[in-house]
Amino acid sequence: MPALASLACGFVFGWGLLISGMMQPAKVLGFLDVLGPWDPTLLVVMAAALVVSAAGFAILQRRGRPYLAPQSYWSSNTVIDPPLIAGAALFGIGWGLVGLCPGPALVNLATLSAPVIVFVAAMAAGMLMHDLWWTRQVARWSPHSTAADG
Amino acid sequence: MANFTPVSAAIGGALIGLAAAMLMLFAGRIAGISGILGGALAIGATDRGWRLAFLAGLILAPVTAMLAGIRVPMPQMPANWLIVIGAGLLVGFGTRLGGGCTSGHGVCGIARLSPRSIAATCIFVGVAMLTVAIMRHGIGG
Repeated sequence: MPALASLACGFVFGWGLLISGMMQPAKVLGFLDVLGPWDPTLLVVMAAALVVSAAGFAILQRRGRPYLAPQSYWSSNTVIDPPLIAGAALFGIGWGLVGLCPGPALVNLATLSAPVIVFVAAMAAGMLMHDLWWTRQVARWSPHSTAADG
Repeated sequence: MANFTPVSAAIGGALIGLAAAMLMLFAGRIAGISGILGGALAIGATDRGWRLAFLAGLILAPVTAMLAGIRVPMPQMPANWLIVIGAGLLVGFGTRLGGGCTSGHGVCGIARLSPRSIAATCIFVGVAMLTVAIMRHGIGG
């Protein structure tokens, strides 16, 4: 059942990206290009998404727990740390270069555009490279941190 | 503002928000695409089911649109393959390091007023605007 709900949510999300025009890198770059003929469409998409999702989250908060899961998996991290800042900056460069973030990139796979397929493959490779790099960092630093914590 | 399309943007945005609210309300999960994809790709992942289901739904949306005869525009992509590959690597690595992308931080995180998500969104939008300014209007442009 959770998988079916998840499939339906992905489907609605995909239609949202399609209808809003956010599947098109040209629309996104039109928003990011503040020195050109600026297109505020992305701002309206985000504002509408924020209002509806905030309302949904408020319902969940009153209810206490999700319908099909034992708990809600919010991030417990609240610190604005160097990985957050560096990661957001690297993502910003990539996003600005092409105009694709992960959601629209995946939805665009349906067009079978060769550059999109290559972009998604590179994005997946970047994610795996991060995981491998991160595991090494943790392995290098954990003896110190466990000593400090213990 | 010649290309501004506020009505379709509001409808589409509301659907994105609805999907994010429903995923949290039913499955208790954050609708962050980079997190869902990264978790599905992670070596030794044990919760691939709901992740792959969400990703399948995401790609099914334009497929059903095409089957219904709705025109899905081909994305305009850079002709330079190095830029395409480099940008893909940056988006993949950066979103995992920063713990989210436009959906996870930009929608779900801001909707619950997470300071981390507000900071991340300001940084990636700002850096992306700077990147476009350099690429389109910068030195030699």
